[in-house]
Amino acid sequence: MNRLSAGPIGGGSAASAAGQYRVCGNCRKVPRQEKRVQVSPPLTRGPSAFIPENEVMQANGLDERTNLLVEEYSTSGRLDNITQVMSIHTQYLESFLRSQFYMLRMDGPLPLPYRHYIAIMAAARHQCSYLINMHVDEFLKTGGIAEWLNGLEYIPQRLKNLNEINKLLAHRPWLITKEHIQKLVKTGENNWSLPELVHAVVLLAHYHALASFVFGSGINPERDPDTSNGVRLIAVNNFCVCDLANDNNIENASLTSSNFGIADSLSELEALMERMKRLQEDKEDEEASQEEMATRFEKEKKESLLVISGAFDDEIVSTDVSRYIEDPGFGYKDFARRGEEHLPTFRAQDYTWENHGFSLVNRLYSDIGHLLDEKFRMVYNLTYNTMATHEDVDTTTLRRALFNYVHCMYGIRYDDYDYGEVNQLLERSLKVYIKTVTCYPERTTKRMYDSYWRQFKHSEKVHVNLLLMEARMQAELLYALRAITRHLT
Amino acid sequence: MEKMARVTTALGGNTITGRTMFCHLDAPANAISVCRDAAQVVVAGRNIFKIYSIEEDQFVEKLNLRVGRKPSLNFSCADVVWHQMDENLLATAATNGVVVTWNLGKPSRNKQDQLFTEHKRTVNKVCFHPTEVYMLLSGSQDGYMKCFDLRKKDSVSTFSGQSESVRDVQFSIRDYFTFAATFENGNVQLWDIRRPDRYERMFTAHNGPVFCCDWHPEDRGWLATGGRDKMVKVWDMNTTRAKEIYCVQTIASVARVKWRPECKHHIATCSMMVDHNIYVWDVRRPFIPSAMFEEHKDVTTGIVWRHLHDPYFLLSGSKDSTLYQHIFKDASQPIDRANPEGLCYSLYGDLAFAAKESLISSDSNRKPYIGDRRHPIFFKRKLDPTEQFEYISSSSALSVFETDVESGSMDWFVHTAKQYALAGRPLAELCDHNAKVAKGLDRNQVAQTWTMLRIIYSSLGTVSSANLNHSIGKGSTTLPLMNSFNLKDIPSGLGSESRLDRSKGESRTENILMDSSSTLINNEDNEETEGSDVPADYLLGDVEGDEDDLYMMDHENPHAEEQEYSLPQEAFPLRHEIVDNPSALDHLQDKADSPHVSGNEAETVSLTPVESFSLISISHSLYENRLPSDFFNPIVRDTLLFYAEQGDVQTAVSVLIVLGDRIRKEIDEQTQEHWYTSYIDLLQRFQLWNISNEVIKLSTCRAINCLNQASTTLHINCSNCKRPMSNRGWICDRCRQCASMCAVCHHVVKGLFVWCQGCSHGGHLQHIMKWLETSSHCPAGCGHLCEYT
Repeated sequence: MNRLSAGPIGGGSAASAAGQYRVCGNCRKVPRQEKRVQVSPPLTRGPSAFIPENEVMQANGLDERTNLLVEEYSTSGRLDNITQVMSIHTQYLESFLRSQFYMLRMDGPLPLPYRHYIAIMAAARHQCSYLINMHVDEFLKTGGIAEWLNGLEYIPQRLKNLNEINKLLAHRPWLITKEHIQKLVKTGENNWSLPELVHAVVLLAHYHALASFVFGSGINPERDPDTSNGVRLIAVNNFCVCDLANDNNIENASLTSSNFGIADSLSELEALMERMKRLQEDKEDEEASQEEMATRFEKEKKESLLVISGAFDDEIVSTDVSRYIEDPGFGYKDFARRGEEHLPTFRAQDYTWENHGFSLVNRLYSDIGHLLDEKFRMVYNLTYNTMATHEDVDTTTLRRALFNYVHCMYGIRYDDYDYGEVNQLLERSLKVYIKTVTCYPERTTKRMYDSYWRQFKHSEKVHVNLLLMEARMQAELLYALRAITRHLT
Repeated sequence: MEKMARVTTALGGNTITGRTMFCHLDAPANAISVCRDAAQVVVAGRNIFKIYSIEEDQFVEKLNLRVGRKPSLNFSCADVVWHQMDENLLATAATNGVVVTWNLGKPSRNKQDQLFTEHKRTVNKVCFHPTEVYMLLSGSQDGYMKCFDLRKKDSVSTFSGQSESVRDVQFSIRDYFTFAATFENGNVQLWDIRRPDRYERMFTAHNGPVFCCDWHPEDRGWLATGGRDKMVKVWDMNTTRAKEIYCVQTIASVARVKWRPECKHHIATCSMMVDHNIYVWDVRRPFIPSAMFEEHKDVTTGIVWRHLHDPYFLLSGSKDSTLYQHIFKDASQPIDRANPEGLCYSLYGDLAFAAKESLISSDSNRKPYIGDRRHPIFFKRKLDPTEQFEYISSSSALSVFETDVESGSMDWFVHTAKQYALAGRPLAELCDHNAKVAKGLDRNQVAQTWTMLRIIYSSLGTVSSANLNHSIGKGSTTLPLMNSFNLKDIPSGLGSESRLDRSKGESRTENILMDSSSTLINNEDNEETEGSDVPADYLLGDVEGDEDDLYMMDHENPHAEEQEYSLPQEAFPLRHEIVDNPSALDHLQDKADSPHVSGNEAETVSLTPVESFSLISISHSLYENRLPSDFFNPIVRDTLLFYAEQGDVQTAVSVLIVLGDRIRKEIDEQTQEHWYTSYIDLLQRFQLWNISNEVIKLSTCRAINCLNQASTTLHINCSNCKRPMSNRGWICDRCRQCASMCAVCHHVVKGLFVWCQGCSHGGHLQHIMKWLETSSHCPAGCGHLCEYT
């Protein structure tokens, strides 16, 4: 095994000969360019920077099932870090891997290299170099043209046309209209057929959402067990290895553990459970709330405005990532903010996943509907009836609040949901975290991850991340599919 | 509008008349319901809640129930139902989970009566008891069904489905206490209204959500369900286990089903997505709807028969904001448009023909065919005489016509397909090779075409003008060479005309039969007669009139000539053969109008026309010497079209592939695609899989290329338990082991798997190769002496 190869590592190893290295815009650290730098692989790092290694390991060390699943569905043939972290929730992992495997490897309208390139494009919107690296590899393995990896100028016009929808879908899906669809589908040399487009949309949404998960859970870059072939090195070395957002495991590590008292977080937990119980038992104020519901939704929408994750400078996107994106300045803009044009709220009841989204997606790209359906259902219903140290808790309201809050930020409203619940159940630090992870995941820091729900287990926080990821994916799909439906009628 | 059917039905003193009509609503409708007397309809949606009266010629808005300046979500209706006992009583299901009842008898503007806010999620469905005035049932997304007594403030009983959301609830029409509920997970439950603790029975009806159900109005055991899996199923509930008795497959998820009154087997359905039509099915005939209403421009959300006992009026509301009344007489009946005949060629020219029996029998009575070629077989489906229904009475006959073996021999096709080289070498070589192949099979014309293609496309650059000058002198002998391509328009036109004439008098079957057989028999015939068949002056006349064409062909000849210098002498006689092609074409066109390939084309020589117009051509040949090769593209295109027209799609496609971009732009995509598909189809029928795959790979059409990407699944059996593997990956479901492990590295083989036929051990191709280089025993240690060759 060739130990000389520079497996990507993080951590403060930037000290040497700066002149030869480019500076990564993301973490401002220096990625290694030369292959021959001797690297001692970091030993203590697990799959995630946020979660102690043993938390993950203890969960899946015993788990035969996970290994079987990886054997079965992994495209790379190894247990990557995402899978390791997800394996805390094996049930979910199965449906996740199954659907991912289906969209990458099974029958589908798009050729295999296209699929990976689309994944790269999607991940690049959030500067998620972890996913980019992974798919650069797979792209080459499936016979993709290496030249495309030089950037968007080198790819066929047809793929390039996806940029617009990729951009909107990633940051402001509500802006997608049937005109966008028409433009892509319109007959011409570079047109997309509807099945192809649906496949692409599913991939885009999947990888946008997965980027959220990667940042939200602080997934570490892969330690390469075997990087002997040159292809991989070339591809990988162009990227900064900082990978997870703002490699904050160093800077913030000290802050988190010491600053917060255990006592008050305990009482926080109690209070939260109290509120949940109250919500489940009585819903007495309905008379008053009838007209108030709408205002509560508006309020929640507006309030999500205030939940801004600090002032960020305009990020400098490293060129390695930016060559896959167009218009890098385009980002999430609050749904509620645009008072002037005031886009209509998306009424969930008028276009639901179960009734409409599923039928359309399954019609155009067979079987993916069932897989996604199973995945959404799985994540929505997943529960161990525990909360932190407590057992036998019905967490339905909490899960629903998380799910609906994400949709709320994307302007999707449920008539039958009282958005007052969100306010009662989700504390401010959690809201900050949710908003960051779903809307600009690349800004997630360990501090954010640590600062909410301090009493909860890591596995529960991963569960939260899964919920956020799927809610986001569903929201994107709903907007895209609605536009396609409108195009069809 | 006056043409529209006007229907009058008398129903016990109550007369319903009307025609197909519609009115615009202000907003998309979610549901509709009719009043008992069939004179009023209520439309409900997110932003609409109105009552219309149904007049003779139009809908008239009677009442707007959405009152108040800023209507609350209680008005946002997912469902609405009008009580069939009390015409003042309505109930709606609101999207925010509230069940509202409305009393039209109230004097105030706001008719809202009661408000039940017991459900936590959207209420999907409300349903009144058919005979009990005060009993209302609701089913909600939260998984509960609730029964309300309208005299009380709260629900009387709550039924928990113990599963996901309830999509529909329906009281049984005959069983006082029973109701059915359908669920998102595909289950249907039957409940007794008196026993809220447990369902009476449950069964899985669909894969995925069951969106709707409807009890049969007459037959008390029947329940129809419709689901997201695009099926409508009819269940017989009389037996202990619910039995599926009918199943209709639709093209989109089924949103509503409604039995048609007075017609035992008819059911109306509409869909939730994509498909906007309303269908009325005869459940016994599940493949084609018996009637179809196509008026709506967006999905239909609500359908209801206007009167309980009238099968001719159907009302529907839609997302396109219209309310329609459909009259059965105006419905389109797909069956009328369906083609009742089927026709198919076999590989060797046999023909199978299926048609209505009546058609066939009358035909065969009239005229006996060329007897020995025909072996008719008849299939019949006898009807149950008790069925009163007239649509279904059909029986059909299938006849098979065979041809004798030799005349239909397609050996040349197979040989050609196998031997042609399509890529991988320079153009000139490919052409030469293919010409040789064609020649070897006695297909001289095709061989000549290949030779010319080479000349046109690969030698042009190298030909100097000096050479050209030199060749002009010789040109005279070969001038008419190109004739065949330029002239063929006219003869083929004539050919098709005469064909038309012929077919006029006779029935279709006969015509086809004649054509196919005569093509095959008359092949030899052709060769003998064709020279004299076409009058020479006709040929000449055409050439004179068409100078441009002449000019073009002239030009090509010098090149041809120049090239042929190096070729052996036998090239000369070949040239002449092509000259008479127009006549041959004429012939073939006349007789072979089928896509069936006619093998060897004209062989005879007819020299007369050649000599006569070589003089004219010469005068033009001096014009231009150097032309880009795309100058000839039109000619080559015509050549290809000619071959394709003749049925020799093989040549057309092969040339197309070999020439690639040089010619691709000249021929429109659709034609190319058509050729490719025909050729690939032929290849596959001859089981020439490799060649067809090569053609697919080499084709430049996107539509063809992606044929290779579809359904690339390979089914394998587990190596341990020998059962089929599920298509999900590498682990056998049954024995929980990874199948197909590499015996060398003990990893799963995902790709080329090579194994020993003696001991059935194997693994990665590379690994096994390496292993067996150094050792002769099986890597698995079984002791077998494996061999790798």
